Amino acid sequence: MILLDNVSKIYPNRSLSGEPITALENVSFKVGKSEFISLSGRSGAGKTTLLRLILGQEAPSSGRILFDSYDISEIKKSEICHLRRRIGTVFQDYKLFPTKTTYENISYIMEVMGADDEEIKRDVPYILDLVGLTERACNFPKELSGGEKQRLAIARALIHRPEVILADEPTGNLDPYHTSGIIRLLLKINDLGTAVILATHDKEVINKIRKRVITLENGRVARDDEKGRFML
Amino acid sequence: MFTSLKRTIRIGIKSFARNIGINIATIFIITLVILLFSLLFIFNSASKILIAGIQEKVDVSIYFNEDALTENIMEIKSVVSQIPEVKNVEYVSKEEALDKFIERHKEEPILIESITEIGDNPFLASLNIRVLEASQYSQVTSLLENGSFKNLINKIDYYQRKPVIDRIFSIISAVNRGGFATALVLCLVSVFIAFNTVRIAISNMGEEISVMRLVGASDKFIKAPFLIQGAVCGIISALIAFILIFSFSYAITSKVKVLAPDVSVLGLFISNVLFIFLLQIAVGVSLGIFSSLIAVRKYLKI
Repeated sequence: MILLDNVSKIYPNRSLSGEPITALENVSFKVGKSEFISLSGRSGAGKTTLLRLILGQEAPSSGRILFDSYDISEIKKSEICHLRRRIGTVFQDYKLFPTKTTYENISYIMEVMGADDEEIKRDVPYILDLVGLTERACNFPKELSGGEKQRLAIARALIHRPEVILADEPTGNLDPYHTSGIIRLLLKINDLGTAVILATHDKEVINKIRKRVITLENGRVARDDEKGRFML
Repeated sequence: MFTSLKRTIRIGIKSFARNIGINIATIFIITLVILLFSLLFIFNSASKILIAGIQEKVDVSIYFNEDALTENIMEIKSVVSQIPEVKNVEYVSKEEALDKFIERHKEEPILIESITEIGDNPFLASLNIRVLEASQYSQVTSLLENGSFKNLINKIDYYQRKPVIDRIFSIISAVNRGGFATALVLCLVSVFIAFNTVRIAISNMGEEISVMRLVGASDKFIKAPFLIQGAVCGIISALIAFILIFSFSYAITSKVKVLAPDVSVLGLFISNVLFIFLLQIAVGVSLGIFSSLIAVRKYLKI
């Protein structure tokens, strides 16, 4: 479903004498429909950059990224919203809407998708219950704890049943209890047919999932193992 | 279609209510701009009335010799009336001139007494001529001076009044020009300030707008609520400005009447009420919408 073909991303170095910074170098892999991929690697290995490229937030310096028939690297600005509606994203820094309540943060996504009011009334409480935020429906993000924000970010990424979920450190701020809850949730969604790309440096999480693991090192794919384990 | 319209309006109004602080600032600034526009309109109309009034008062009188016959004067009157630049001609006979003098000075017995002392009517018959435009007076007077009846004419008082007339008209044209330039500068400045206020209001939402893009909202879906919000600010500002202008006109009407009896500010306001209201709504709404549109665009690049 998603194909990365020799993708490189090079950022200019702002300091005077510095070399350009290579965030990704000749990365190629394929994500099948309803596949679960854990993307591991140290901080700075290029995990977040990779997800940003897939979401069309940035264009690769070279190489192609295909999402079905869309070429994300050459997509038009006006079409990019159609692509993004097929992806659910959990951002590392959550990116919640600060002026919307918990409920509205989720319902906004459904409004974007063009869902009618009845669907919204039915689905939003369901997902709030799933991530345990029913009590917080009317609170604003700044009134939520770190873990609650993270769960809200996940709920927002799931609500519209996307074809693929990009999750950037979704368990970074959670205790082990909530972490395993979230991982179970992602696995369950994956079982229902949604592809998941999970970027994490959490050894426990990767070892527990026991699915495909792609390890990035200095912007290159160091390993790509079916049923892999956490390696550094 | 209907759902998305309803949604847009709901999101817009909610967002307006949640950012009430910055929106009040926006409303305040837009109100000032609208007030400025409305005052300019009212001052402009009032000054036109004032100018028309002054122009009405400027005239040229031609005094005829004692021996000029009434029919000769009437003949001249009909000739003068036919000059296209002439607006109207009024004949004042010797008797009427005397009556007018007595009427005007009835509080001053010494003057009246001196008139009766003379016994004879010392006033001359005259024609009061008004032309359409001030610059045409000299043409008309020179025509009369060189005409066949110049020996009937005792004096033309245009030359005595010429400096005054010229001065009035140069002041009027200077006021018109200066007023226009000032108005233009003020309008530009105020529009710029209003635009900047809206921009600051929206820059608080910059992060949020970018996230909307990232979760797949189309540009139209993102922009629309901001436009609604801008329009709401504009409409509220227009209503406030309308009330303020009405109270202002009501308050100053009697004071202006003292200075310029021809001008009724409240009357002006009422006779143009629809135009003023539409002008205010148009200025407010277009300022709100246009500023929002430009301010949002910046964040839609992601």
